Amino acid sequence: MPEVTYREAVRDALTHALRTDERVFLMGEDIGEMGGSMGVTQGLLDEFGPKRIRNTPISEMAIVGTGIGSAMQGMRPVVEIMYEDFLTLSMEQLVNQAAKHRTMSGGQVSVPLTIRTQGGAGWSPGAQHAQQLEAWFVHVPGLKVVFASTPADVRGLLWASIQDENPVLFFEHRTLYPIKGEVPDELEPIPLGRARIHREGEDVTVVATGRLVHEALEAAEAAEQEGISVEVVDPRTLQPLDEETILESVRKTTRCVTAHEAVTRGGFGAELAAVVQHGAFDWLDAPIERVGAKFGPLPFAPALEQWVVPHAADVLDAVRRTVARA
Amino acid sequence: MATVEEKAGSGGRRVSEEVLKGFFREMLLIRRFEEKVEERFRAGELPGFLHVAIGQEAAATGVCAALERDDVIASTHRAHAHAIAKGTPVERIMAELYGKVEGCSRGYGGSMHLYDVAVGNLGANAVVAGGIPGIVGAALAFQMRGEPRVAVAFFGDGATNTGTFHESLNLAQLWKVPAVFSLENNGWAESTPARQQLPLPVDELAKRALAYGMKTIEADGQDVEAVYLAALAAREHAVAGKGPVLVHLRTHRLTGHYVGDPQVYRDKDELRRERETKDPIELLRARLELSESELETIDAAATAEVTAAVEFAKAGTDPPPEDALKYVYA
Ligand SMILES: Cc1ncc(C[n+]2csc(CCOP(=O)(O)OP(=O)(O)O)c2C)c(N)n1
Ligand SMILES: [Mg+2]
Repeated sequence: MPEVTYREAVRDALTHALRTDERVFLMGEDIGEMGGSMGVTQGLLDEFGPKRIRNTPISEMAIVGTGIGSAMQGMRPVVEIMYEDFLTLSMEQLVNQAAKHRTMSGGQVSVPLTIRTQGGAGWSPGAQHAQQLEAWFVHVPGLKVVFASTPADVRGLLWASIQDENPVLFFEHRTLYPIKGEVPDELEPIPLGRARIHREGEDVTVVATGRLVHEALEAAEAAEQEGISVEVVDPRTLQPLDEETILESVRKTTRCVTAHEAVTRGGFGAELAAVVQHGAFDWLDAPIERVGAKFGPLPFAPALEQWVVPHAADVLDAVRRTVARA
Repeated sequence: MATVEEKAGSGGRRVSEEVLKGFFREMLLIRRFEEKVEERFRAGELPGFLHVAIGQEAAATGVCAALERDDVIASTHRAHAHAIAKGTPVERIMAELYGKVEGCSRGYGGSMHLYDVAVGNLGANAVVAGGIPGIVGAALAFQMRGEPRVAVAFFGDGATNTGTFHESLNLAQLWKVPAVFSLENNGWAESTPARQQLPLPVDELAKRALAYGMKTIEADGQDVEAVYLAALAAREHAVAGKGPVLVHLRTHRLTGHYVGDPQVYRDKDELRRERETKDPIELLRARLELSESELETIDAAATAEVTAAVEFAKAGTDPPPEDALKYVYA
């Protein structure tokens, strides 16, 4: 199996989609000559030309809206919103239009649109360039939400998202672009709605997304030294959610920690905790612990930023708390 | 709807050589500041990322020189020049870029979020066009209270493609608030050239304001005197209650979009030509016929100020991590 970076894996899925499906095209700011602000679309303009790799003005609402309209007319647009912070500018089109056309039309239309975006802290850009807003979109029926944490996942999930008949919010994490991992020789779609168990364990289940999957794996190694066996599950798609895999895991371990980089309050961990307490109530031996960022806009100075967002040590502490209870 | 267009300086106004020399000193200070932060960023001392205004010094200097101290501005991701020109000491801006408590945003903002409310800088915004509506609101407050103040939004050509920009101009004109929209048109939005983002010829971007019936003033953004006179005229118009003004400054970004940008998308010969012919500091130096020794004196002062700012910043206080949430709520 070849080893590629997360960035290459995204590009690979895009290239594959563009080569095999002529309805697929890309729109976004600086995705042409520059290859995207994260370098993901490098080389695509050369291969596919400016009709299919469309550099846009700074018009997030129009980018998403144009994606919606062309998707409804049978195209398969993949739009890039440079930073997920700027999804806020396209919110109306995402929430009121993309998510609702199918229902409002009584099933006459669908919106097969993929919205790729990225975010995440760890490089001190300040409050408007590193948020994690994925939970917002889980609250909107009609949207699917993907958050991939490894090269193999990001590749297979993006390919599946592009083929999906629905609008998909596809989150990438900025700090993961350089990480390497093996991917299958052949690009197979990874069905949306299937969690991945990264590591099996007996005592505690950590359900983690994005960068925190890697932090959770690190915490699991450390916990192992203390005699605590940790299972790490990545839902990979937040909507639809693979409740069964998560519940099965918690019924086995009897303890659960949720972990994401987004702020804890109102974060996806709250939804996970609700699902777990309801579906595994009789098995739980400890309150569900939530790990997430502290409740504030990201400050600039690195020491402040690092203090706000969670790390492996925070996951480890949460794991210890659940074990200490029983 | 009738609209007025006028060329800056058409009132026959001129600026004294002394004032121009003051502009020169400030522009050179900005240039040396930007060069220094590029250098310190490359040395790995500055977190985050930076956009410098090399080539756009005249726009910031000329506009802010036309303002009174209690006029307010909002800036963009390319914020350092505006902050300096509005009167924040460079050491406090430098300290901000180093993430220190002594910084103008106490280390919480960073390069794209320079605030200094005491001198009328209501903040720089990392979201393109994000600051424009707030400037309409500030101007509305001045209008409602009958205060002879103006509010100025700085933004680029790329920002004129946002809905935020259009809604703001529409409302500002509808209510005739004392706002000035200072468009620094460098013909680029990151890697995207004018022809890929603007359906209008790049030099005709002010036409966007004409659609709202707004007064526009054109000025060469590389000519600080023209910028100053344009801003002065705009301020007078706005403060007299005649409504907002869009000042269109054609300018040139003589570096990458951000520090470290390899500019693979940009024609290198053209960039070199722009550097040779469009540098606002060179243009002003030639016009003022500054002697070598005069130039050296001014340059030495600017360089010393910037060097001292780095020392000040490095000696600054790191914010205690547990203070990270100190300012979330009032
Ligand atoms: C809403 C939004 N979209 C995209 C970006 C990313 N971005 C930052 S600066 C920039 C280009 C801005 O161009 P312009 O307004 O002309 O200002 P300039 O950089 O030329 O000074 C872009 C696309 C952003 N910060 N905010
Ligand atoms: Mg520009």
